Amino acid sequence: MSKFNRRDFIKLTGSAAVAGMVVGFPQIVGAAGKKVVIVGGGIGGATAAKYIRMADSGVEVTLVEPNADYHTCFMSNEVLAGERSIDSIRFTYDGLKGHGVNVVKDTVTAIDPAARTVTTAGGQTLSYDRCIVAPGISLVYDSVPGYSAEVAETVPHAWKAGPQTVTLRKQLEAMPDGGTVVIVAPPNPFRCPPGPYERASLIAHYLKNNKPKSKVLILDPKDKFSKQGLFTAGWKKFYGYGTDNSMIEWISGAAGGKVESFDAGSMTLQGAVESFKGDVINIIPAQRAGTIAQTAGLTNDAGWCPVNPKTFESTVHAGIHVVGDASIASPMPKSGYAANSEAKVCAAAVVDLLNGREPGQPSYVNTCYSIVGKDHGISVAAVYRLGDDGKIASVEGAGGLTPGDASAEMLKREVTFAHSWFQNITHDTFG
Amino acid sequence: MGYKAISSLLLLGGLAFGATSQAADMPSGQMLGNTCAGCHGTNGSSMGPATPTIAGITPEYFVDTMTSYKNGERESTIMTRIAKGYTDEEIKAMANFFSDKPFLRQAQAHDAEKADFGRKLHKKYCEKCHEDGGLKADEGGILAGQWMTYLNYALDDFASERRETPKKMARQMEKLQADQGDAGVEALVHYYGSQK
Ligand SMILES: Cc1cc2nc3c(=O)[nH]c(=O)nc-3n(C[C@H](O)[C@H](O)[C@H](O)COP(=O)(O)OP(=O)(O)OC[C@H]3O[C@@H](n4cnc5c(N)ncnc54)[C@H](O)[C@@H]3O)c2cc1C
Repeated sequence: MSKFNRRDFIKLTGSAAVAGMVVGFPQIVGAAGKKVVIVGGGIGGATAAKYIRMADSGVEVTLVEPNADYHTCFMSNEVLAGERSIDSIRFTYDGLKGHGVNVVKDTVTAIDPAARTVTTAGGQTLSYDRCIVAPGISLVYDSVPGYSAEVAETVPHAWKAGPQTVTLRKQLEAMPDGGTVVIVAPPNPFRCPPGPYERASLIAHYLKNNKPKSKVLILDPKDKFSKQGLFTAGWKKFYGYGTDNSMIEWISGAAGGKVESFDAGSMTLQGAVESFKGDVINIIPAQRAGTIAQTAGLTNDAGWCPVNPKTFESTVHAGIHVVGDASIASPMPKSGYAANSEAKVCAAAVVDLLNGREPGQPSYVNTCYSIVGKDHGISVAAVYRLGDDGKIASVEGAGGLTPGDASAEMLKREVTFAHSWFQNITHDTFG
Repeated sequence: MGYKAISSLLLLGGLAFGATSQAADMPSGQMLGNTCAGCHGTNGSSMGPATPTIAGITPEYFVDTMTSYKNGERESTIMTRIAKGYTDEEIKAMANFFSDKPFLRQAQAHDAEKADFGRKLHKKYCEKCHEDGGLKADEGGILAGQWMTYLNYALDDFASERRETPKKMARQMEKLQADQGDAGVEALVHYYGSQK
C-alpha cells in the first residue's frame, strides 16, 4: 500500500481521537525504518511478512527460514495417495521478495528479548523492534519409546511435508497387496486434528484402487477424534468400515490403541493389550511448539506459547509475537487456515504498535477441509471473535461441520472447494 | 483539527458519527475482509477454480448474498455456516472493503468457439442487466472473468432452486434454454471465462 502520507496521518489522529485515546499533540510516529524479524517462513511467518508489507511498506521485514522452499502439509495426504506430485505442494519465497521482504536462508538459534536481537546459526545478529516467531511444531519422538529422529528417516512421521512425504509414498507404492499400513495417531493437542484420519482415508483410497487386499490400521491414544461422525460415515461408504472386510480399522485408546513401544527392527508396535505388525508404519508422535520457541523461553510447561490473542504478543516476553501452531490460540485449531488468520491479526497489530496506534479489534476464521474418498469432501468451519474476557471465542450459532445429510453434489463440491482453498491460501501466503 | 474535519473523515470511512462507540470495538472492514482471503484470495481476487472473486462487487450485492446465506435462503457447502458468524454491521463493513478492490482476472482454459457463440448469446439474453459483457458490477455479480466452475455451480443452483432466480433472469434463462438448450448455457460460461 501507499507510504505514510498526510491524509493517512489526519485519518489516524482523527480516528484515534474518536476512540478516546490519548494522542497528545500531533506527533509523527511513523513506522518508517522500524524493523520486524520473523522466525520461520511457513504459513504463519510468510503470511505475517506479506501482510505487514502490504499494510505499511515503511516497515523493514526480515524473514529467517532455513529451507530454500516450503512444502505445504496440506494436500500432502494427496501426495501419499498418488493423486498429486510433491512439486505441486512446493512453494518458493520469490513472491515474498516481490513484496520487499528480506528473506534470509538461515536457522535462528537464539532470541534475546532484552537486547531485541535474533541470532542465527550462520552467525548473524539481527536487531528488531518487534519479532514474530512462527516455527510450527517440534516432534516429541520419545512419546513413542523406540521412536527417534533417526528412526524417522525410515519410519517417517511425514508430519512436516517434504522428503518424509516422498519416503512414505515410496513405501506405500512398494508394499505388496495384502499388506498392513499402520498409522500411529498423536495425543492432543497436535497439528491438524483431522489430519491423521484424512491420511487414513486417502491411503485407503489408494489401496482400494491398487492393492485392494490391504488394510489401514489406526492406533490412537484418544477415544474420539475430529469430524469423527463424518469420517466414519465416509469410511462406511467407501471402505467397508465396521464390516469384517473393512479396509480401515480404528483402535481407540480405551480399546488398547495407545502404543507403549516400537521396535523398528521387527516393525512391531506394542499396544496396551496386544502387539501390531505393519508393512508400512507411520508414527505421528506427540508435539510441542517448534524448538526455537522453547529455547527462547516462550513456552509454558506443556510446551506451547501463551499469547495475548488480540496481538499474539507473548505473555512471557514483550516485543515477541508468536503465531501459528506454536501459539496457544484455542479454541482455534492448529491448522494452516488458523495460522494464516492469526498472522493477519498479528501483522495488523504489529503495524499499529510500530505506528504508535492502539491495535484494533481482531477477527479470525478457520476452515479445514478433508478429502475422504472420490468426490467426497467434508469440512469444519468457525468464525471467532475476541470475547469480553480477553479470550478467543467461536461465534455461537455459526460454523460447524458439513451436515450429515449433505447431498452427493455438495460433498463433491467440497472436494473442489478444498482444492480452491489450497490455490488461494498458498497464494495469499506466498504469492 | 476541528469537528468538521473529523466528521467528514468519518463519513469518508463510511461510518455515521453516532455509531462510533459501536464501531470502535468492531473489527474494521479490512480486518474482517482479510479472514476471507484464505478461500477467496488476497483482497477478494480468487485464484480459482471454484471460489468466486468477490472483489469489486457492489456493497448491495455483497450484503444481499451474505444475508441470504445467513438466513439460509441460499444453499451452499460452507458459506451458510460462515455467514452466521457476522453481524449486519460487520457484513456492511466487509462489503465496503471488497467493493473498493480491483477484480483481478486469471487466464482460464476455455473453448474459443464456444466463447464466441456465448458472446452473441450474452448480447441477446443477458446484456440488458449484466452490462458491458458482464463486466459491470450491478445488482448481480461481475460475470466477466469470473471462475467458470463457480459460474457452473451458480447456474446449477438457480436451475435446482438452491438459489432463488431473479424473475427477469428466470425468464431469460428459460428463453435461452428453449432456443439453445444446455449448449447455450455452456457457451455463456465459456464466454465469461474467456474475458480478461
Ligand atoms: C498431513 C497434514 C495435513 C494438513 N492439512 C491441513 C488442511 O487441510 N488445512 C489446514 O488448514 N491445515 C492443515 N494442516 C496443518 C498446517 O500444515 C499447519 O497448521 C501449518 O503449517 C502451521 O503453520 P506454522 O506457520 O505454524 O508452521 P509451519 O508451516 O510448519 O512453518 C514453520 C516454519 O518455521 C521454520 N522454522 C522452524 N524453526 C526455525 C528456526 N529456528 N529458524 C528459522 N526457521 C525455523 C520451518 O522450517 C518452517 O518452514 C495439515 C497438516 C498436516 C501434517
